[in-house]
Amino acid sequence: MTPPGGEIGSAHSPAHAAHGAAGHAHEESYRPVLVGTVRDELDQILKRYPTRMAALLPALWLLQDARGWVSEHSMAEVAQVLDLTPAYVKGVVTFYTMYHQHPVGRYFVQVCTTSPCMACGAEETVAALLRHTGCGELGTTSPDGKFTVIEVECLGACGFATPVMINEEFVESVTPDKVPTILAQLR
Amino acid sequence: MGFPHAIHAREEAVLSRYFGDSDALSLDGWKKRGGYKALEMALGMEPAAIVNVLKDSGLRGRGGAGFPTGLKWSFMKPGDGKPHYLCCNADESEPGTFKDREIMRWTPHALIEGCAIGSYAIGAETCYIYIRGEFSEPLRAVGNALREAYDAGVLGTNAMGTGKTVNIYIHKGAGAYICGEETALMNSIEGRRGNPRIKPPFPAVAGLFGQPTTINNVETLAAVPQILVNGAEWYKKFCLSNPKSTGTKLFSVCGNIAKPGNYEVVLGFPFKEFLYDMCGGPLPGRKFKAIVPGGASVPIQTPEEAEATLMDYEGFVAQGSMLGSGGVIVFDDRQCMVKLIGRFARFFAHESCAQCTQCREGTAWVTRILERIEAGGGTMQDLDTLLDLSENMTGKTICVLSDSCAAPIVSGIKKFRHEFEAHITGKRCPLRTAAA
Repeated sequence: MTPPGGEIGSAHSPAHAAHGAAGHAHEESYRPVLVGTVRDELDQILKRYPTRMAALLPALWLLQDARGWVSEHSMAEVAQVLDLTPAYVKGVVTFYTMYHQHPVGRYFVQVCTTSPCMACGAEETVAALLRHTGCGELGTTSPDGKFTVIEVECLGACGFATPVMINEEFVESVTPDKVPTILAQLR
Repeated sequence: MGFPHAIHAREEAVLSRYFGDSDALSLDGWKKRGGYKALEMALGMEPAAIVNVLKDSGLRGRGGAGFPTGLKWSFMKPGDGKPHYLCCNADESEPGTFKDREIMRWTPHALIEGCAIGSYAIGAETCYIYIRGEFSEPLRAVGNALREAYDAGVLGTNAMGTGKTVNIYIHKGAGAYICGEETALMNSIEGRRGNPRIKPPFPAVAGLFGQPTTINNVETLAAVPQILVNGAEWYKKFCLSNPKSTGTKLFSVCGNIAKPGNYEVVLGFPFKEFLYDMCGGPLPGRKFKAIVPGGASVPIQTPEEAEATLMDYEGFVAQGSMLGSGGVIVFDDRQCMVKLIGRFARFFAHESCAQCTQCREGTAWVTRILERIEAGGGTMQDLDTLLDLSENMTGKTICVLSDSCAAPIVSGIKKFRHEFEAHITGKRCPLRTAAA
């Protein structure tokens, strides 16, 4: 499980939101992402579509893969490259739940709690994850910056309740007793 | 097969035959299993002839609506001078449904072949497979398979050496249930928020990038190569009930049941035997309380209704529900219906795109009421309010997300009213009291 690199673990705490003082420090040090080989990749993607706007979701993925989240400056960068306005890009970013608008833990843990998983004990799995990661509550990052746990709507693996997604990896049939072992493999 | 379980003798494994067989993942492995013969055959046929085979086969859309596939393809007018597009809907997000995930992670080439045939049949040179962002395994499997297919010249500007152009690209979603709605999906590919569009115009007239577009579900397209190679008559014979429902269908089974997983049966299979024989029935010492047979958007069935159902498009309707996406969710006697229905409502409230007032306000409002009843703070008047809101959320919005939120609520109150009333009169969840 590859942790996202770049901005994570930089000067400010991973638990910070992308505004206020932390956001300001970020502004001065912002390095563009869509340059060099990443820009080449984006140029290849652009060939698949008849409009530049259509490359927005893929471009945002490139940004998030590089930095671990999508900051206001990243939004401005992609807006400029794709001939869009920063406001338009922000409108799209905020619509989709998978783009992080603030830094998250090195391991981003998503637990399905929609009804089918809930009926199979997802709430206990969530409680175990919050306890063993040290996150304490949903949406916050653990003090060591390693984990953020969130509840997520249906992950599309209901027959393997409870599915948990850790960064890009899917772990099926997670029960509270399996949680310590799963987390130990990450530490 | 009943993946992850061994195949059951009464299954008809057309699509699921190679689930769990990692040799089928590669292009070579797929070709050894008869893959890409259908595409080769298709590229030598007139597009209209392919559409006719699909029409004759009786294949209907496997995403939820059940629209005849051949008829949908025939709406794409050849020679109109416009670019045509095919979209494959792989945004599988309907709670209870996980069949497309298995198709993509075990037989990605079946999907690619279906997409290529579909593209050619509707005059499209470009197909986008819209895969939800959370599906990391399917994204990898389909991505690898596409690279192989391009490298081997199966796809591209000279597909299989015929001089014809078939391009297929993955478009990765970013977390939005609503993007499984066809016009929202198109907006999402265009780089917009996933808001559904008002219809008409229908996609076949003005869809993706304003051009004629067809959109099909993963399971629908994965069935196409088999139908082409074996013929419409072969496919039509998979029919146990009525001639309007032909072929095999994958059903995802989850919740409180002995053997959850994916099962492929001929349409019209008796639901009672499916639940108790194939899927192993309830967990030891438990009994079924409620069955949601087609994903969270369809009305809830009582066990009696479910046991009287024949598993086809008409059979589920005759027993108070719908086939939907084929996601069978089973709840047993330990479960609180108010809590589960409230959680479904919270799902829809979270996933509402917020364009239409009835949906934006309605889904949030019913969620608050349901959670209040579950916590013991409900009144009898709340039940009337829920039914009134549900009526205003049905048939009044751009898409059917709000209708989907209302369906389990209306059917839940109708069929499990005593449970709602017990919460209200006892001011607590009766099941939680019993457990404490």
